[in-house]
Amino acid sequence: MLKTEGLHYRYEGSESELAFPDLLLDRGKELLLLGASGTGKTTLLHLVAGMRTPTSGSVELAGAPFSSLATAERDRTRGRNMGIVFQTAHFVRSLTVGENLALARSLAGCPADDDVVKGLLEDLGLAHKLGARVDALSVGEQQRVSIARAVVHGPGLILADEPTSALDDQNTDAVLSLLRRQAERTGAALLIVTHDQRLKDRMSDRVELNPTA
Amino acid sequence: MKAARLARRNVLHRPLETGLSVLLLAFGVGIISLMLLMQRSLTEDLDRNIKDIDLVLGAKGSPLQLILANVYHVDVPTGNIPLAEARKVMRHPYISEAIPLAYGDNYELFRIVGTEPSYPAHYGAELAEGKPFEAPFEVVIGSEVATATGLSIGDTFYSAHGLTDGTDVHRDKAYTVVGRYARTGSVIDQLLLTPIESVWGVHEDIEDADEEITAVLLKKKNPLAILTLPNLLRDTPMQVALPAIEMNRLTQQFGIGLQTLRAVALLIMGLSFISVFIALFASLRDRRYELALLRTMGAPPQRLFSLVLFEGLWMTLAGILAGLILSRLGVVVLGQVLSDRFHYDVTQLAPVAGEFVLVAAALLVGAIAAGIPARSALRIDISNTLGQGR
Repeated sequence: MLKTEGLHYRYEGSESELAFPDLLLDRGKELLLLGASGTGKTTLLHLVAGMRTPTSGSVELAGAPFSSLATAERDRTRGRNMGIVFQTAHFVRSLTVGENLALARSLAGCPADDDVVKGLLEDLGLAHKLGARVDALSVGEQQRVSIARAVVHGPGLILADEPTSALDDQNTDAVLSLLRRQAERTGAALLIVTHDQRLKDRMSDRVELNPTA
Repeated sequence: MKAARLARRNVLHRPLETGLSVLLLAFGVGIISLMLLMQRSLTEDLDRNIKDIDLVLGAKGSPLQLILANVYHVDVPTGNIPLAEARKVMRHPYISEAIPLAYGDNYELFRIVGTEPSYPAHYGAELAEGKPFEAPFEVVIGSEVATATGLSIGDTFYSAHGLTDGTDVHRDKAYTVVGRYARTGSVIDQLLLTPIESVWGVHEDIEDADEEITAVLLKKKNPLAILTLPNLLRDTPMQVALPAIEMNRLTQQFGIGLQTLRAVALLIMGLSFISVFIALFASLRDRRYELALLRTMGAPPQRLFSLVLFEGLWMTLAGILAGLILSRLGVVVLGQVLSDRFHYDVTQLAPVAGEFVLVAAALLVGAIAAGIPARSALRIDISNTLGQGR
């Protein structure tokens, strides 16, 4: 599903260039990308998601070139094939929980389907929040809704940026199993980027990022 | 979800900023549209009443007053003229049609005018019921008079002296309503018409041997009439005035006030576009996460551009719509006032040509005001925005 080769990135005005290990991730598989702060894990996640363009190297998505696409095409391809859970949950505030999920489906080009949205919220224990304003959700609920939004359009690849760093052990387990269950349900690949050492023992496939020299 | 629909939700999500922009635009558009509507009503009304009257003969005084009193029936007459003198002008070879008017009294502030059958005929007035006025003290009433006073055929009434609603009612001679005209949209609707002799009859008590009238509406046969008649009348107590010229002069004087009002309205509209611009810019700053998020969810930059543009257009559209409704409410209220005070009906709500231009211009400027913030939505760096630093 995902293949990166020789990814390098240099920030504007920076002397040093970040070099990243190659990643290979098949459908239905999961990968943990572990690194301390400053190792460029978020940068790598954004390169994988096509939110930044690598200085050199390439990202392939489902066997097709991705990082070399033009901006608008990259946006559309990302919308169709990826679901991203950001460290902080953001929503379209003028829309309800249900509408935010429906919007994700519509932007990904999926037909509108209330049953999918409702089913997913039910699965996450949020069925009663369907018509709620996103501002009215608790932080925990917001995170669950943002996971729901990342999977509601059945993407092939789910990306999660520090999904557990702010959570206690019990909730860390809950969120991890939630991500896994959703990935499993749609047969998606799951890539988690974190500095949270607790996840190390819970996931077998992992790549560690080292601070660059 | 379509960009236009999301835009509408976003706009409604910020009721205060949206409300201010919409309110300002509504006032700007409303004032201009109200002016256009009133202008149409007035010009149509003025023109309809001038209808082929080239000259008005009457007593010396303000020519404008002469026109206002005798063509539009809104001002007091300049005085009376002897019928014998007026006849000389009426029979002048340059004149093709002459309609004498003699101001009588009023009934509940509606004017009683002594005239000939050619007067209602000139405005194409047709009897809705009854018969034409023939004998003295027979009256045919206009449609507006019938509605307002409730007079109907067979009713008799006494007139009040002059044009005031005084207690000075002539008790000796009663008028009888013999007919009612269908609505014409002209001054006839506001008048009670009777043979000239009735007017003389009422004022018999006033020592006055000569038969007098108030004015004569003239239609020229020869354009030279306009040049010749004033000379002819130089040494008489009479004058002729040209309705077209006097009304032009009047609307020009109106014009200065209207121009000021228009400038104020344009200023308010300008402010409203600045307010749309600021509202969108401020909201973009607050929503940069949202917009970056939309990109990650599959919306290309152009989609964000149209989203912000649509937000501006919704506000503009709401402002325009509210403005057009506001101006029509204004016309209804003003129409009520004018019809109460001058018995004039200006309540026409159909769109004026100028309003289409107004709407198109407002939409265009609204699109420009929204286009600038929309362009900045194109340039959002999604990685920096969502990555919270490196």
